[in-house]
Amino acid sequence: MFPKWFDKWNRENPTDIYGPAVIIGAIGGAVFVATMLVAWGQPYATDSMQTGPRGTGMSVPEFKVDLAEPDPDIALLLEDPPYPPMEGEPLAGEVYENVQVLADVPEGNFLRVMNAITRWVAPEEGCAYCHGDGPLETYGEDNLYTKVVARRMIQMTQNFNENWDGHVNANKQVGVTCMTCHRGENVPSDIWFKMTPVTEATSGWSSNQNRVTMQSQYTSLPSDALETYLLDYGRIGVHDLESRVAGIPGQDDYPGIQQAERTYALMNYVSNSLGVNCLFCHNSRAFYDGSQVTPQWATESLGIGMVQEMNNEYLVPLRDLYPPERLGPVHADAPKAACKTCHKGYQQPLQGTNVIKDWPELATTGAPDYGN
Amino acid sequence: MIEYQNIFTQVQVQGPPELGMDNENNMAAERMITPFFSRLVGWIGNAQIGPVYLGWTGLISLATGILWLNIIGLNMLAQVGWSIPEFLRQGFWLALEPPGPEHGLSMPPLDDGGWYIIASFFLLVSVCTWWLRSYLLAKQQKMGKHVAWAFASAIWLFLVLGLFRPVLMGSWSEAVPYGIFPHLDWTTAFSIRYGNLYYNPFHCLSIVFLYGSVLLFAMHGATILAVTRFGGDRELEQIYDRGTASERAALFWRWTMGFNATMEGIHRWAWWFAVLTPITGGIGILLTGTVVDNWFIWAQEHNFAPMYDGSYGYESYGSYEAFIGQED
Repeated sequence: MFPKWFDKWNRENPTDIYGPAVIIGAIGGAVFVATMLVAWGQPYATDSMQTGPRGTGMSVPEFKVDLAEPDPDIALLLEDPPYPPMEGEPLAGEVYENVQVLADVPEGNFLRVMNAITRWVAPEEGCAYCHGDGPLETYGEDNLYTKVVARRMIQMTQNFNENWDGHVNANKQVGVTCMTCHRGENVPSDIWFKMTPVTEATSGWSSNQNRVTMQSQYTSLPSDALETYLLDYGRIGVHDLESRVAGIPGQDDYPGIQQAERTYALMNYVSNSLGVNCLFCHNSRAFYDGSQVTPQWATESLGIGMVQEMNNEYLVPLRDLYPPERLGPVHADAPKAACKTCHKGYQQPLQGTNVIKDWPELATTGAPDYGN
Repeated sequence: MIEYQNIFTQVQVQGPPELGMDNENNMAAERMITPFFSRLVGWIGNAQIGPVYLGWTGLISLATGILWLNIIGLNMLAQVGWSIPEFLRQGFWLALEPPGPEHGLSMPPLDDGGWYIIASFFLLVSVCTWWLRSYLLAKQQKMGKHVAWAFASAIWLFLVLGLFRPVLMGSWSEAVPYGIFPHLDWTTAFSIRYGNLYYNPFHCLSIVFLYGSVLLFAMHGATILAVTRFGGDRELEQIYDRGTASERAALFWRWTMGFNATMEGIHRWAWWFAVLTPITGGIGILLTGTVVDNWFIWAQEHNFAPMYDGSYGYESYGSYEAFIGQED
């Protein structure tokens, strides 16, 4: 392949080229990587939010590139301040027929809220999604299930803002509107249905786990955690509070490893819903210990109570109103909500944007307060 | 130089197959498979494959082991409606679970842990007959029974997890599920349920011996490879007739850290560290739920879980708004 003089010269002048080549290659590679890191920066740099005392390692890490990008849904929120009520302006209940929940709202603001709900829940279908294709005179009718459900959802939203202030506004005034969950969709994302049994030819504890599902957060943990704890008021604690306790776990209301796994499934769900880890609420050396949890733990506990009430008082009773395609695929149960339906992976929904400031109509079950 | 830094064995000897001894113990009886050579296997060990002793222990052990594995596999297959693609897709998630707690120590229905009990029985027979093999074959060759006793230490942990502890707790539901991810979930849930296993002192000891075994294995393997050029890989010869390989290895460690094991003693170090890992671990598991229900509280009662002074200082941790860069 090479000329003869070249091969001859090589034979007569043996030189170790591999040693220097390896060294130069290694140094050159290191210089290249260092140059790239200096020029472009560390692509996987993280930032941490401290959640516990120093030395405990309690923190929530995030990639800086993710932190730099705000929740894109914030851009969907529009400024739409309420009209100052005019002297003698008629209330919606006086002008329109069959106004059951927003009757105390002045007519102008009532129409503003109606328009906003269209934007939030049915931007493509428009008013007809709830009120049908008929003329305006028919808007008072309750012929469509969507309208009856929407009325109940308005009551639910008012309830959150008024009675669950401790969870919703735990850090600052943010409030909840239809948009918090719906984000412009008829049905919010991240709702859930009962789905056990998830395996065939099994019963008991064997049938509710070991399958990749959304509710097990793609683990092999039980898939009935949301149903047990956020619907049926199951007891979440699994620890004994003394070093020695008599009894057989899993029997007589005394939790066993199976209950611990189910609780773990719930905790995974909560963590992923908020984009955090265990240490956001717990000191992981003693998960149960109330003296070592963070302030977020209390907010979260209120949130669990809020979700239980939401599912049992508001969402489940609507089951018979829904058409079949809105019901659960396994048990034909009503759609239910939980942490991720609002939070969508953020510590605070819409990253703590105050969504209620323009909507005093939704902030209370009573007459709206327009500040005058 | 390169020769000694290769991960594969560099020298493969192939000749007439070595058939071993056939003395007064009738040792060649029940040896199966005509021996053959594999270059691939020679890279990681002896190139000769076979003959192998089957015997009654091997027969029972293999048969029950295959039954155990197939009961698990068929149960998993039934759980996904006998669909092979689903079985492959969900394979790491599927499991044969122990019975629910409500069944206690009774025989549960087949679809709620009954198959688990049956499979576990076969596994017990399989493991115990395999242990007997390791004992009897060593006895036949007039060897010490070190391998059998080391295996027994692992069987101790296995029995604690699947037999002794569930019996003491009064419920088969305490046993470990047979599944890839499910047994890992069990491990986490077990620790959390019993108040954090890291505060269990026997768990601490088991970790010490486990990591210690790794360290010792790395040190010993490295030392022997490093003196192979002087014949150090013929360890037994070096034990009874110390040569320059042993001398250099010993001097290396004595000059490095002031102390060196001997060519024989290093194997006692390794054996005890390995054996103590499951022995101490098994004790720790056996105490959990039977003697101690919450290891963190136990550790506080015994003054080795530190307490904080109560000043958590939340006000100085920084806000969420600052974290996401939206602070005004």
